[in-house]
Amino acid sequence: MQTYVLHRLLLFVPTLLGASILIFVLMRLVPGDIAEILVYQTGSESSAIQEKQIQQIRQELGLDRPVVTQYLDWIAGAVRGDFGQSYVQRRPVMDILIERFPRSMELAILTLLIAMVWAIPLGVVSAVRQNGPLDYLARLVSLSGLSLPLFFTGALILYGLVRFFRWLPPLEFVSFTEDPVENLKQLIWPALAQAYYISAPITRLTRSQMLEVIRQDYVRTARAKGLAERAVVYRHALRNSLLPVITFIGWWGGRLLGGVVIMEMIFVVPGMGSALIQAVSQRDYPTVQAMIFVMALVFLAVNLFVDLLYAWLDPRIRYA
Amino acid sequence: MRAALARFVIGQPLGAAGAVVVVVLIAVALLAPALSPHGPKDAAFAPYVAPSWEFPMGTDQLGRDLLSRVIWGARLSLYVGVASVMFGVTLGALWGTVTAYLGGAADAGSQRVVDSLMALPPIILALSLMAALGQSVNNVILALVILLTPTAARTVRAVALGVAATPFIEAAQAAGASRTRIIFRHLIPNCMASYIVLVTTNISYAIVVEASLSFIGAGAPPDEPSWGGMLTAGIQALETAPWMVFFPGLAISLAVFGLNLFGDSIRDLTDPRLRGGLG
Repeated sequence: MQTYVLHRLLLFVPTLLGASILIFVLMRLVPGDIAEILVYQTGSESSAIQEKQIQQIRQELGLDRPVVTQYLDWIAGAVRGDFGQSYVQRRPVMDILIERFPRSMELAILTLLIAMVWAIPLGVVSAVRQNGPLDYLARLVSLSGLSLPLFFTGALILYGLVRFFRWLPPLEFVSFTEDPVENLKQLIWPALAQAYYISAPITRLTRSQMLEVIRQDYVRTARAKGLAERAVVYRHALRNSLLPVITFIGWWGGRLLGGVVIMEMIFVVPGMGSALIQAVSQRDYPTVQAMIFVMALVFLAVNLFVDLLYAWLDPRIRYA
Repeated sequence: MRAALARFVIGQPLGAAGAVVVVVLIAVALLAPALSPHGPKDAAFAPYVAPSWEFPMGTDQLGRDLLSRVIWGARLSLYVGVASVMFGVTLGALWGTVTAYLGGAADAGSQRVVDSLMALPPIILALSLMAALGQSVNNVILALVILLTPTAARTVRAVALGVAATPFIEAAQAAGASRTRIIFRHLIPNCMASYIVLVTTNISYAIVVEASLSFIGAGAPPDEPSWGGMLTAGIQALETAPWMVFFPGLAISLAVFGLNLFGDSIRDLTDPRLRGGLG
């Protein structure tokens, strides 16, 4: 177990560094930097003056230094939690993160909870009653969930709310600590739309795993020794089919933070996604880098956690 | 040929239904100039006209015929989906097989690159790529290729590792075949099944990503008839012109549904464990 943990941890750091280099290089490839945007926006008359201003801003922000120096500088700050100043908002990027991160995270967690509560039992029922009417219904629902793109489901829900309930996405975001009810009212719809989408693969996976496990000898043994069907299904079959489901949910959970962008757009949630889209278009490098870095960090950390959990739950992996 | 087709329809009724949708999608895409009543970019009519005989899907905010835009949208979606998957999956498959066979540092190094690329959220990665490349249809394809390559490399590598460990590869080595010959004559043909599955299952994914990019305003330029872009315009006019959301959304859902059904059945057919009766 110790070597396994060590191995996984050793992979974590280079992958995160690799991802951060990719973002860094990518942002440097974007044509037109912040200096040009700032200067051409104000619209001075002479181009010689503008050129000079651009050089000055680049110097101030350190953009005239070699990319490698800029990167080393940035990563040295990042590991200490200092992501620099936002070019546009003129405040530490960390402040923006502290403001935006919890909102996106809450939306992601809410989505995951709804999806699990509804998808896993559906998969179990579907498998236990294989080829029954409930099974067909469950399969149809999950297949349609896979085919409806997220932004279409979101748009339909929004249309229903606007048309029939005169509900409009509120302009002010209320945090959970301020007013839990208002907060949930705001986030429940985007969470539902997204949960519908990701519950489809979870249902399908739970179903196929259950179908496999339910034919195993030890399940027959459990039945033979006279256990109630409930106990057989939930304690013996479900427990053993959940392993791949957990990995899958973990993978999705890590992805969700970057995936809620579209829901944030439709339902006007001022989270990381909407901030990121804006920052990309404004060439606000420090903000973009920090946000993508945090998303990659969360993804890798969740994956690491799931891998370790998996190893802990299934001894075969530890010793392989 | 006819017998094989009949067996497919009977053995995979859902897959056959998917195939029908796919054929219709291809036909619409190819025949777009003949099928669409107006030009997709002609802002020649009144804006926000509700669906009627003249405009079966209504008109949009600039007074363009939505039916024509949805029809041309099929062409754009299919073009982006097929082109990006062909390039991306092929590149990834080559990368995966070659590094799997070479092993050692080449394999480990390339796997770290794949890890790093896969750690970035796909939509965000595509968004940043589009900012770097500039908005155009061909750049959407390029961004998708960069998105699809690492996943394909990872999947095909796993298959190739299995194939590389089989005795016939050892036999080829013993017979003195060169590295290139082994990779191209022995390894790659034996990874073809997973390659085909990757191609069919990824086209719908690529189409959705294209639409999502256009939806957040980072994909094809706004006047291009992209289903995702049409939906964004529709959300802004949700109360006055709900048809602007409904029809493009329906088009993309149908296309993705058909492609998914078709892709699923192809996967079932190529997986010998799931193959029942069909040879």
